Amino acid sequence: MLLQASAVTAAYGDAQALFGIDLEIQAGEVLALIGANGAGKSTFLKALTGLLPPKTGEIRFDGQRIDHRDAADIVRLGIAMVPEGRRLFPSLSVEENLQMGALSRRAGAWNLERVYSLFPILKERRHQPSTSLSGGQQQMVAIGRALMSNPRLLLCDEISLGLAPVVIREIYAALPALQKDGMSLLIVEQDVQLAMQVSSRVVCLQEGKVSLSGKSGELTREQISAAYFGV
Amino acid sequence: MLDILLQGLLLGSLYALFALGQSLMFGVMRLTNTAQGDFIILGGFAAISLAAATGLSPGLTVLLMAPAAFVFGYLLQRFVLNGTLGKDPLPSLVVTFGLAIIIQNLLLEVYSADPRSLDAGAVALDSITLGTATVGTLPLLTFGVALAATIALQALFSFTAIGRSFRAVSDDREAAQLMGIRPAIVYAQATGLAFVLIAIAGALQAMRTTVSPADGPLLLLFAFEAVIIGGMGSFWGTLLGALLLGCAQQIGFRFDPGWGIWFGHLTFLLVLLVRPQGLFPKTR
Repeated sequence: MLLQASAVTAAYGDAQALFGIDLEIQAGEVLALIGANGAGKSTFLKALTGLLPPKTGEIRFDGQRIDHRDAADIVRLGIAMVPEGRRLFPSLSVEENLQMGALSRRAGAWNLERVYSLFPILKERRHQPSTSLSGGQQQMVAIGRALMSNPRLLLCDEISLGLAPVVIREIYAALPALQKDGMSLLIVEQDVQLAMQVSSRVVCLQEGKVSLSGKSGELTREQISAAYFGV
Repeated sequence: MLDILLQGLLLGSLYALFALGQSLMFGVMRLTNTAQGDFIILGGFAAISLAAATGLSPGLTVLLMAPAAFVFGYLLQRFVLNGTLGKDPLPSLVVTFGLAIIIQNLLLEVYSADPRSLDAGAVALDSITLGTATVGTLPLLTFGVALAATIALQALFSFTAIGRSFRAVSDDREAAQLMGIRPAIVYAQATGLAFVLIAIAGALQAMRTTVSPADGPLLLLFAFEAVIIGGMGSFWGTLLGALLLGCAQQIGFRFDPGWGIWFGHLTFLLVLLVRPQGLFPKTR
């Protein structure tokens, strides 16, 4: 078991957002986390990365407790995130953004060259300000930046948001290569069909609780819409 | 006229040293240090005491003070100022304002209200003739230090890993944390660096003229005006803003000895009116 979250609760001040989440990720697995807006998907990722420490519950990564560890420690242990909205550093160039990802680098195969071979367009643009890139290219930088730390678990928060379908396909096409390395992926995705295609297992959140989980191919449309909307 | 401009640039370069630390701290963590001027005066007094105690030359005194200033700034940020940072700028303003009052009274208690200066020896009296103008060696040295400090800071920000971290954490604190940055440490490093500049500025101020415990607020004003005139974007902007302020003051002084600082303020207000983003608002 690579990641094991049990009974995780989290809150923004007085507003509780997670009500006891249980979730496991195996090494090498691609898990899709789906759910409506405000279901707690991004909050759960924040809890995993240490940006919003859980109020109660336990998170273990490779057997080690990581809830209440500093965000900086958690990256070093091997959890990297592609945050929602990409969150590139606007005053840094493309290459400098990627170099930021290597700041807490674990030993491993990912480096600038490898990111550039995954997304060749970034090599051409490497000295440009990150803000001058198209949305899809910026998403590639965000993914590359996360990969630069050589994570064992990559968290992708809404990487298709606001992108054209052809660009989304291009970006998702890069993911299987990561899985081949033995990297695990946790993908938060609004597009349920897309989420089913790329993942082996799906977990659905609703109002801060797990409403459904199962193998991607085996869940019916009815089960999912019930878990999604609570009807 | 040339002479006035030359004197203005030299005066302005000292203001640049007052302002660079301010610009650095604001740039990295949006913290306005309202005790900037008082820390400069504290640096001046520290240099005077250290030189008196060790008998070292002013240059060596500054060299000795620099690492201590870094540690002082680092600890101040780590254990006092970091706690004031957040969306609301008020806590940091109030706390640094409080520090200013503490420093002024501490200096008054220890050194009394008498102005003192740091004896720079022959350097303070020497001068060089450039064409028709005569310039002092010490102001020229100050200009060189300010220029070197600006180049060094800009290079640090542009070309080094720590400079990248400064920019990244300034851009997006949370995303920087995801890269493994500890903002508390990065902020402390930035303030440490700012305090090295403050120590240098304090020693040079004490060499150029005298320092007394009540001088701080005026120096803060000069630093602040230089940063605003230059625009908050870059260290070059801060340097140029300070040089412009120095020139404006020198021109004022030429009309009437009481008008110099007033002319500086007028220039500052004019810039605020016409170009509130400053003259060189390029982002780092």
